Amino acid sequence: MNTISLNQENAPTLMQVDDAKPEPVGPALVKAEQQTRIPTAPKKPGILAVKSREFLQWMIPPMFGIGLLLLIWSMIAHYSPNLPGPVPTWHSAVELFSHPFYDNGPNDKGIGWNIVASLERVGLGFGLAALVGIPMGFILGRFEFMSRMAAPIIGLLRPVSPLAWLPIGLLVFKMANPAAIWVIFISAIWPMIINTAVGVSKVPQDYMNVAKVLNLSEWKIVTKILFPFVLPYMMTGVRLSIGVAWLVIVAAEMLTGGVGIGFWVWDEWNNLNVEHIIIAIFVVGIVGFMLEFLLLSIAKRFSYE
Amino acid sequence: MENMTQETIQDSTATVKPVAERQIPERPLAERYVHLENVNMTFVTKKGTFEALRNVDFSIQEGEFISIIGHSGCGKSTVLNLIAGLLNPTDGNIFCAGREVAGPGPERAVVFQNHSLLPWLSCFENVYLAVERVFGATEKKEALTARTKAVLELVGLTHAIDKRPNEISGGMKQRVGIARALAMEPKVLLLDEPFGALDALTRAHLQDELMGIMAKSGCTAVMVTHDVDEAVLLSDRIVMMTNGPAATVGEILSVDLARPRKRLELAEDRDYNHLRSEVLKFLYERHAKKAA
Repeated sequence: MNTISLNQENAPTLMQVDDAKPEPVGPALVKAEQQTRIPTAPKKPGILAVKSREFLQWMIPPMFGIGLLLLIWSMIAHYSPNLPGPVPTWHSAVELFSHPFYDNGPNDKGIGWNIVASLERVGLGFGLAALVGIPMGFILGRFEFMSRMAAPIIGLLRPVSPLAWLPIGLLVFKMANPAAIWVIFISAIWPMIINTAVGVSKVPQDYMNVAKVLNLSEWKIVTKILFPFVLPYMMTGVRLSIGVAWLVIVAAEMLTGGVGIGFWVWDEWNNLNVEHIIIAIFVVGIVGFMLEFLLLSIAKRFSYE
Repeated sequence: MENMTQETIQDSTATVKPVAERQIPERPLAERYVHLENVNMTFVTKKGTFEALRNVDFSIQEGEFISIIGHSGCGKSTVLNLIAGLLNPTDGNIFCAGREVAGPGPERAVVFQNHSLLPWLSCFENVYLAVERVFGATEKKEALTARTKAVLELVGLTHAIDKRPNEISGGMKQRVGIARALAMEPKVLLLDEPFGALDALTRAHLQDELMGIMAKSGCTAVMVTHDVDEAVLLSDRIVMMTNGPAATVGEILSVDLARPRKRLELAEDRDYNHLRSEVLKFLYERHAKKAA
């Protein structure tokens, strides 16, 4: 009953719209036409409008989240006089980011240079870790003996806090920068080894039977079966690794000094410039988020499903 | 005992077949193209040992189509995997074309039940992988491509050549699986419940096509099935297996129906229905599976 009455309500407005088309059709046909047009007619004027409304609706919860964060932050800042609130921090950030790439000697460089330096270290350490870790994961996943051989080593070394490796790095490389890269390397390598190995060990027996029946060479097995299957697992490892690497770089740079976002935080703490420390926290968070997003979109491109 | 039944069976086939064809099985190798000799298979599992097969002993002629039928769990797939070389027998020997089977190889191509296509490769690439492996050393790329296209045309998939397995239907996937196996020009084609996962109509359609393809290629084939009609329709002989554990060959039934076989005509055929009921009697009277 409800739907019928609704249709009848809508009918007059539609008739007005369709006035320009007074074709003498049977009453049943007219009704059918109206019924099919009712849902589409109001949508037509703006598909863009609908899209933007959907986008706004999608944006509302995260905006509330950010609003809540700012609210809590300003409340804490209100009762704690040493902590700058959102507004002074914002002004400081605008000033800071208006000259991101100035260079006043080794201890006073723009925020841009510091971010670039950190990304460089992460890139190097993480890249080396991928270069070693991914093939290692393949070997461990493929050969039971190797996997059991590596199990105690991984079990022992993986839980070690990344910074505990810094003195070893300093001792071996005798320089701060390679030591920081070394710390990134050693902390980023485990997720890539482990995830790749898990992926390889999960290759369905069916695929391996195909490989056996076709008598495929080990190279073909790796390139045509293992690698495509393991890729999603590997990308998970890569994502976890880059997350860890970015986490660790701040701490490592605080200890090694030089140029870099971690060192910058420490430097600003010594200058008691708390606004800059808060800005640095945001910068670290945003860059980390962007790295994650970048890798996620790469992972999606490689997915065969 | 085993040998006697086999001889009588071969005699009966010989009387039915035309004179010209009768000459072929004279050669001992052709008669025992695939030969299983007292094969035992025991699996070692965590719960202990499981004797799957005991004294499995039979031969397959060159060009013959054999079905292995039995209740689930009777080890019929194990027999197939043994011939494929994916398993090694605990005891006994398996020969193929006069050579002992020592591991899997492309001369014994397998059509897997779940098609086992690689989901990241297109239909063409899935078949090409096999073609390249078998003929890559002797032929050029164009020849390999031509082979792949020809075999995909044979199974009627020219239109889906660049599609990936998840973009095509179950029946089409199985066609690609068959094409991949045929493309290797195997000595023996092994089919592990190839149509088990398909709906009845698609299954019937593919069975007819398989009959046509086998008639063209003249390839020796072993098919594992649990479908009585499928076994009678496609086979020259049906190997019926007893129930496990320690399953073995119960009887071998010779299917002396003239080829080409037409599904509709056979439905009314007395011989066909007799053979069908023979298999059913074996499965449900003599070797009925106890309710689990």
